[in-house]
Amino acid sequence: MTTTLPARPVTQTPRPVAIAPRRRKPRAYKIFRVVALTLTVLLFVAPLVWMFVASLKTNVDIYDASKTLFFTPTLDNYDNVLSRNNYFGFIFNSFWVALLSTVFSLLIGVPAAYAMSRFAMHRSALVVLMARIIPGVSLLVPWYFIFANMRMVGGFGVLILSHMFVALPLIVYIMISYFDSTPLELEEQAQVDGLTHIGAFLRITLPLSVPGLATAGILSFIFSWNNFMFALVLSGANTKTLPVAIFNFVSYASIDWGSLMAAAVVVTVPIMVIALFTQKYIVSGLTAGATKG
Amino acid sequence: MTTMVTTKPSMWKNYSTWANRHRKWLFASPAMIFVGLLIAVPLGWTLYLSVTDSEGSVRAASNLVGFSNYVEVLTDTDRFWPAVMRTFVFTGGALAIELVLGMCIALLLWRPFRGEKWVRVAILLPLVATPVAVGMMWRLIFDPNIGFANQVLSWIGIPAQPWLSGQYTALPTLMFVDIWQWTPMVVLMLLAGLTSLSDEPDEAARIDGANAWQRFWFVTLPLLRATVIVTIVLRGIDALKTFDILYATKGKGGGSFHEVETLNIYAFGLSFDYNDYGIASTVLILFFLLIIAIMWVLTYRRKANRS
Repeated sequence: MTTTLPARPVTQTPRPVAIAPRRRKPRAYKIFRVVALTLTVLLFVAPLVWMFVASLKTNVDIYDASKTLFFTPTLDNYDNVLSRNNYFGFIFNSFWVALLSTVFSLLIGVPAAYAMSRFAMHRSALVVLMARIIPGVSLLVPWYFIFANMRMVGGFGVLILSHMFVALPLIVYIMISYFDSTPLELEEQAQVDGLTHIGAFLRITLPLSVPGLATAGILSFIFSWNNFMFALVLSGANTKTLPVAIFNFVSYASIDWGSLMAAAVVVTVPIMVIALFTQKYIVSGLTAGATKG
Repeated sequence: MTTMVTTKPSMWKNYSTWANRHRKWLFASPAMIFVGLLIAVPLGWTLYLSVTDSEGSVRAASNLVGFSNYVEVLTDTDRFWPAVMRTFVFTGGALAIELVLGMCIALLLWRPFRGEKWVRVAILLPLVATPVAVGMMWRLIFDPNIGFANQVLSWIGIPAQPWLSGQYTALPTLMFVDIWQWTPMVVLMLLAGLTSLSDEPDEAARIDGANAWQRFWFVTLPLLRATVIVTIVLRGIDALKTFDILYATKGKGGGSFHEVETLNIYAFGLSFDYNDYGIASTVLILFFLLIIAIMWVLTYRRKANRS
């Protein structure tokens, strides 16, 4: 491995430096911009804050309009959700299904993306990307009966397989555009130095692709964690994931709003914490292909 | 030196040479086989079910009925065509507003400013939030009796609205939820496009005396064309297939009047609430063809424009 490997920046588009001197913006525009930005942030964040606030209220307080903002916070809802409704179990299920489906999808998706990028296998890539277009419901009926025959419905195996179906196209899509922008020269250099093609992929390209792998892995984890429809049909009592658990929360007679909001906070906060720390990767993954046309 | 020692490395070398020669398919095939098995087989089965009267259980005896399911579905003005219309209204309406709003926010964020990082984090949050939880959150906010939305309306003197529980307000309310969650996605895509643009055309237009609107409409927007189309395609596919927030807020059948029953919700209900697999498969095949047709039109026009 040569020592002067150029580190590829994660964000694909560096901010352009202003070339020509820009005219000073009028003061009114600056004020408008600050107001507009504040409104934007409020629009997107306020509902989430509202959800969090409601999760700290008793149901009596939620029904009382005079206690919209001033109330005595309580953790009873979290206690109810976590200890009496087995949410630790659901967190455990969601976590393992998301992690394993991500790992398996990376294992088969990354080499595939590499081959599709290097050999320009556009038609094969299209087949994998079809998985992103097909409505999931159209696969669920056959899956349900195939896997029921194999006595797999309700187990972790079928959940992981179905979530891989979401994760794999995503990973292939992101990694193809990543490999497309990785230079070939280093691999060729490695082959001159005596590595085989596969050796060059494993020892040179893969280590250089860690930012891309992180992007694909994080996004696939998030999509699997958030997936609702597949788990709704294919999970059993012991393998229920968090979104299904929250959905089942309201099917009982009257809605326990406080606990429902606490459950919603429990499912969204882990993913938001991950997003805060991996913002760069998430943005580069979501916008992969945005500038290629 | 025994033969054992010499054959071992050469056997390894043979495997290695073989693997390297066939690395193209060796790398690509596991993923292709996985997708093939999980898509091709079920899709073939769905196609078969769509010409049978399968009901109750897939293993129960069923008869081939030819295209009568298709006739039945395509002449169904009670559930099918309203569902098609709702799918189009939901997707088209939400997508149009997301694009306009997303473009405005992307332009606001385009040039660097202080606190940029925090604004970007703020718009990322709805995007990663679990859709089912988002549905529940808005269900509380839009609750007709205790929700914050009606509380705000009462402050400014507007009568309370039924929101999600109204027959005619439910779909627009859910479009709003979709817009809240996915406009950030459009913002990020357009922002990536904007930051990749060169400053020069914009500067040239400025020197020629174009005002801000003219520069946006005649310079920036045409340059962003490819990004806008990719955004429409990606967001459009997901919007057509919206399931989580609809099912989480309105439940089976899209509410008591089927007021939010889109094609996806209709097909899911037929499959798992009524077990009417024949009709369900027919609806799904038609839905799938519809998506393919829309994608084809979008990408075909794109190629035609390029050449």
